[in-house]
Amino acid sequence: MVALSDKEVTKAQHVEEVILSHLQTHEEIVNSGEFAKANGLEHDLLLSVVQSLHGFNYVEAQDIKKEAWVLTEEGNSYATLGSPEVQVYKAIPLEGISREDLQKKLDVSVFKIGFAKAMGNKWLETKPLVSRKVSNVEDQVQQQLVHIRNGQDLAAADIDALKKRKLIIPLIWKGYSIRKGTSYAPKRTKAATDLTREVLQRGTWKDLVFKDYNYNALGQPTEGGHLHPLLKVRAQFREIFLEMGFEEMPTNNFIESSFWNFDALFQPQQHPARDSHDTFFLQVPEKAQFLPEDYLQRVKEIHEHGGYGSIGYGYNWKREDAEKNVLRTHTTAVSSRMLYKLAQDGFTPKRYFSIDRVFRNEAVDRTHLAEFHQN
Amino acid sequence: MPTVNVGRDRLYEALQQHYSEEEFDELCFDFGIELDDVTTEKAIIRKEKHLQEDTLEDEEIIYKIEVPANRYDLLCLEGLARALRIFTGKQGSPTFSLSSSAIQKMYVQPETALIRPYVVCAILRGITFNQARYNSFIDLQDRLHQNLCRKRTLVAIGTHDLGTLEGPFTYEALPPSEIKFVPLKQRMEFTAEELMDFYKSDLKLKKYLHIIESSPVFPVLYDSKRTVLSLPPIINGAHSAITLQTKDVLIECTATDLTKAKIVLNTLVTMFSEYCEKKFEVEPVEVISSDGNATIYPDLHVRSLEVDLAYINGYIGVSLQSKQVIDLLNRMQLPSEATIGSNGKSKIKALIPPTRSDVLHPCDVVEDVAIAYGYNNILKTLPRSLTQGKQQPLNHFSDLLRSEIAMAGFTEVLTWILGSEAENFWLLNRKHKEHTGVIVGNPRGSDFERVRASLLPGLLKTMGHNKDSPRPVKLFEVSDVVLLDNTKDVGAANERHLAALYCNTTSGFEVIHGLVDRIMEVVGISNAAVGDTKGYYIAPSNEPEFFKGRQANIILNGSCIGSFGIIHPQVLANFDILDPCSVVELNIEPFL
Repeated sequence: MVALSDKEVTKAQHVEEVILSHLQTHEEIVNSGEFAKANGLEHDLLLSVVQSLHGFNYVEAQDIKKEAWVLTEEGNSYATLGSPEVQVYKAIPLEGISREDLQKKLDVSVFKIGFAKAMGNKWLETKPLVSRKVSNVEDQVQQQLVHIRNGQDLAAADIDALKKRKLIIPLIWKGYSIRKGTSYAPKRTKAATDLTREVLQRGTWKDLVFKDYNYNALGQPTEGGHLHPLLKVRAQFREIFLEMGFEEMPTNNFIESSFWNFDALFQPQQHPARDSHDTFFLQVPEKAQFLPEDYLQRVKEIHEHGGYGSIGYGYNWKREDAEKNVLRTHTTAVSSRMLYKLAQDGFTPKRYFSIDRVFRNEAVDRTHLAEFHQN
Repeated sequence: MPTVNVGRDRLYEALQQHYSEEEFDELCFDFGIELDDVTTEKAIIRKEKHLQEDTLEDEEIIYKIEVPANRYDLLCLEGLARALRIFTGKQGSPTFSLSSSAIQKMYVQPETALIRPYVVCAILRGITFNQARYNSFIDLQDRLHQNLCRKRTLVAIGTHDLGTLEGPFTYEALPPSEIKFVPLKQRMEFTAEELMDFYKSDLKLKKYLHIIESSPVFPVLYDSKRTVLSLPPIINGAHSAITLQTKDVLIECTATDLTKAKIVLNTLVTMFSEYCEKKFEVEPVEVISSDGNATIYPDLHVRSLEVDLAYINGYIGVSLQSKQVIDLLNRMQLPSEATIGSNGKSKIKALIPPTRSDVLHPCDVVEDVAIAYGYNNILKTLPRSLTQGKQQPLNHFSDLLRSEIAMAGFTEVLTWILGSEAENFWLLNRKHKEHTGVIVGNPRGSDFERVRASLLPGLLKTMGHNKDSPRPVKLFEVSDVVLLDNTKDVGAANERHLAALYCNTTSGFEVIHGLVDRIMEVVGISNAAVGDTKGYYIAPSNEPEFFKGRQANIILNGSCIGSFGIIHPQVLANFDILDPCSVVELNIEPFL
């Protein structure tokens, strides 16, 4: 609904007042169209005002419908100038006239339609010249059209004929008959929708009528920010770990060397398990610059020959493979760094946890992504 | 994790018991394997060929079972069924033996050292094949080739009908033009040179050509009549092809890794010697290297591994007697006996059969005890050591900051760390600088080329994909970017950034500026005058990604920690955004 301008509001209010005060002294407004005419009101405006009054039960409105006929543009021209067949008839002099000359005398469409119609009515003789066959004719069509224009009725057969010639079209007129409604009052009081500071402080709230609130509609949606659902879950997991006495590991390093990601965790080089993680290797920075040398030697020894009770893997361990940087495939890579550090710093009992992103170079499908979170 | 396809009915027959699908699923779970999928043979083929058809009632039901990658003894129905029968106590572990009958010999020529130095062999005598067993035999070789053999690069398997050959055998390496034979499935003779060409169009074999094609000599095995057994790792000869009627099988594995070759050979013979006339007996072959050293294969020796009983109990968290542990290990194909160690403590001596190359350390024995005991049967207790919970300060700070930004009405997003080169540089109007970012070496597509050094592309992409969201759109993210760092051992380090975006019919520049002020307020940094070394101030900037005259740097305690501004219209167009946007991005680590 477009908001009304102030000028429009006052016009509507005036119409409202006229209707309501009229109904004070009269039972009914029989025909809204006549009423509007009688009171100098715009009928369309009156209709919308009645609808609004009806909505609040100030009035009761009954639909009335009238079908009327109006002239088309063509019909209008014939009502004024006469039907084309009569125009043609009148244009023929007593002595007759050639077809071409006759054509020149008249409007193209008038001649075309009129000549055919006149011939059909048997008013004309065409040989040797076009001449009048009958001495005079009555322009019934023009009379009918004028009748319509004046708002008078016609016989159904005539109406059909005019309709067929597309000289008239139907016009449906809608209006109301209006009576007092259940909440009738001579003057409309505005229903309030909300308790405002103004009426509160003025005290006028006591006199107000409140519009019914629609409890079946939804309320106003809340505005505001949001936290990401996955991260909300992450926060809860963090709390659980912390409550159980776990210490968070620093996992803010996505780039990891193969040494910490695989070798230090006893995952052998060249083994399917290492590749099946489907790793992202890096072009820049391609290799780790430093690795803990003495630890590296011990790791190499265990892979190749075993130790600490293990028989090892029995293959040639290559330093170049350990140096290759990757996007870490699991946060266990951080665990291996933490365990090394713990051994260096001096052992105390520890519980570690982490929740952060890892990367796998796998085909993305509906349950697998290239990046995801891991505990 | 490799999956094995086994026919359900064949499996239940081998298990000597019928299970419902749920019961079998639970059995797998208890044992440590997983029933991944239930399908039919035809459905598998249809899936491979991308056809759509409905399952017919009488198709054989196939179980897809996922097994650990280091359990080569579970890669075929024979091994799986045997393991499960022993696990459920229906039988004991088999003992494998070498027959002492006349030994075949395999002589190794020195040239093989140039391309594929090692070969190991064994013979299965008096074997009986049927179609199902034969298929299983071929499938196992395929699986081993894919997994342990690393697509035949490390080890290649050849199996032959010994009845068509005559020993002694030689393992040689010759120029390709000198090797001539009829390969499997063909009728004509080819030289090895011709075969390299011929198989270029073979979907299955073309991927193995690279292993030998550039070598001056190709590995090849002959019998005493110069019949070619195989051209490893490509194809076997047609002459010695195995049929359902074959009674004696010669297995040869050529390799670049001897340890793995032995594991492969052991797996094949231990799995299929159960179909030999003398069950679980394998006929050995003597391999004589070019320097005269002779070794008997297969090496089926049983290792022994001693584990303290206290170690087992302590690790798992149970109190078992030696006898109980031995019973459990028997069910896991690790027959054991109780002994007393030199320190007087009870020990379990586990005998590791050749099928269990995955047992490397006492902890592997402990794991099997726990599996046989049942993980769910282990009593839960409270730990006895005291530790304190502790957060990483950076994470704690990030979470506090995230809440404040959300309370300011911004919605959090979680965007990709990997992205294209375009969105990290020229789509942002940023010049391509050397040594600024981490580059992925093996991206699957352009979306995985770079590791982000800024949170902006993520925010802008999100905005570009949500053009119809009601205005104003207010997004934020607090997450890591990665920058090159020479002081770090790997050469790169993460940095925790905060970025926010505002999009509306108007730019919201002052809104983003207000957010910057709010961030400083909650962190407790006071606004300072331009040039002060304590506090923060805003200094106009001139960067290409922002609109001229509407952008600034954020200076904290004298250093620039980030910037904010209206996004340049060209950049908006690059990201398909139709409304003006303002963004801020800053490094939050200096706050700590």
